[in-house]
Amino acid sequence: MSWFTKTFSSTIGRKLLVAITGLFLCSFLVVHLIGNLQLFSADEGVAFNAYTYFMTHNPVIRAMEIVLLLGFAFHIYEAVVITRRNQSARSVKYAVNRPEQNSNWSSRNMGLLGTVIFVFLLVHLYNFYFKLKFGEVSLDAAGNKNLYVIAVESFSHWWYVALYVISMIALAFHLIHGFQSAFQTLGLSHKKYTPAIKAFGYFFSIVVCAGFAAMPLYFFFLY
Amino acid sequence: MAGNNPNSTPMNLTLKVWRQKNAKTQGQLVTYNVKEISPDMSFLEMFDVLNEDLLRQGQEPVAFDHDCREGICGMCSMYINGRAHGPEKGTTTCQLHMRKFKDGDTIVVEPWRANAFTVHKDLSTDRSALDRIQQAGGYVSVNTGGVPDANEIPIPKPIADKAFDAATCIQCGACVAACKNASAMLFLSAKVSQLALLPQGKVERKTRVENMLAQHDAEGFGSCTNIGACAAECPVGISLDNIAMLNREYISAKATSDNIG
Ligand code: HEM
Ligand code: SF4
Ligand code: FES
Repeated sequence: MSWFTKTFSSTIGRKLLVAITGLFLCSFLVVHLIGNLQLFSADEGVAFNAYTYFMTHNPVIRAMEIVLLLGFAFHIYEAVVITRRNQSARSVKYAVNRPEQNSNWSSRNMGLLGTVIFVFLLVHLYNFYFKLKFGEVSLDAAGNKNLYVIAVESFSHWWYVALYVISMIALAFHLIHGFQSAFQTLGLSHKKYTPAIKAFGYFFSIVVCAGFAAMPLYFFFLY
Repeated sequence: MAGNNPNSTPMNLTLKVWRQKNAKTQGQLVTYNVKEISPDMSFLEMFDVLNEDLLRQGQEPVAFDHDCREGICGMCSMYINGRAHGPEKGTTTCQLHMRKFKDGDTIVVEPWRANAFTVHKDLSTDRSALDRIQQAGGYVSVNTGGVPDANEIPIPKPIADKAFDAATCIQCGACVAACKNASAMLFLSAKVSQLALLPQGKVERKTRVENMLAQHDAEGFGSCTNIGACAAECPVGISLDNIAMLNREYISAKATSDNIG
């Protein structure tokens, strides 16, 4: 093995990849949230569909889509490898264990939270991405593919809304631990900045996830 | 003095203690009753009482590690009611007093659990994996020559303090025991920071962190996911800042060291 592969297969090296990809995915969440806020404009989806057209045709966005896919792939692969290694580092468990006395639940359940997010991603991509790319989609007044009606239809089912809301709660907990944890992993810890990073991470996790959860709730209850 | 203190009333307790003959056999929790335990006893003294009872009954006493009984050697590993070194913050088992428990309590006592630590017998574990991490680079090489003057090299007080704080690690392994991932990263980070902060230790800082982490991983410890249970349970209060520093040391060593193998 070269020094490079050795570095990224060590316990710290793998964590660095999880942290870098994790923060990259956080930046994706911001873009995705801001774009999707157009679902709330009262124009029967014209602005949202025009935005969808832009996102599916702009070459820079197309290229970023590949980077995003790789980001998810690396994040998930490395996280799974780490989680499995960590599970196998203690084969005889404690008969009595009180971890709630010394740490937060979310920090101990990143693998579980990540799995919920992963299942959500599959359903979410199937329902929006694949239908848009490969399915029959009607056109709106401006002649753009009408992804808006797919959203309206999907979010008229209570179980679909519930899946979204639960997944966003899982994502929020994933990020409440993950955001600040990524900085610690990267060694970016300092008494001047760490309190602000922790506070911002908390705020970020809640605002972003609440923003996403608001979309299905809006269509279910108010549309 | 002690007589009219309600807290000094002797207690009767039920213990569930992990008994295991040796590393090759299976173990199990065995229930014992101990009587007339003074709240002023330490947890280890309570075990001495139990062992004397067992000896009187012709049974094998419980093996447990201990040495200084002053909170400085780090030997007294016991996982007590689901916590490393028991319920009190910032203490070793030998410094845990029975007044932390109530009459009639049931107390479960297990050895440190990690695949990198094997159970020798009962509560006694082999923690030499930590020694091997230390040997892989936790030192400063000194070539022969005249004895240097103490304080010849100026070290700013805040840096000396940080290095000293890291140096207080007693290698007890509570961080590993408490960690969901059985990671020894808090221990490793204390050793790496202590030396990397000081001018004498900076000379070997790159090879040190590379070799010590490689040994940590080879011993089968888990990876740090910043849960923080280690620092919460560490008897001497080693801080998570050391792990951030370890990560920085590792990144800069890997990016710039001459080691390309
Ligand atoms: C939008 C989606 C996601 C975002 C924004 C995200 C973000 C993050 C961040 C910032 C971290 C912290 C990294 C660190 O502690 O250094 C993290 C850790 C983790 N992620 Fe994700 N993640 C996402 C999806 C997923 C998915 C789908 C999975 C698994 C199938 C997953 C599994 C994990 C695990 C297990 C960890 C903990 C690893 C560790 O702490 O070492 N994540 N994530
Ligand atoms: S870091 Fe703390 S808990 Fe870990 S070995 Fe050192 S003293 Fe014990
Ligand atoms: S016996 Fe030495 S620290 Fe407890």
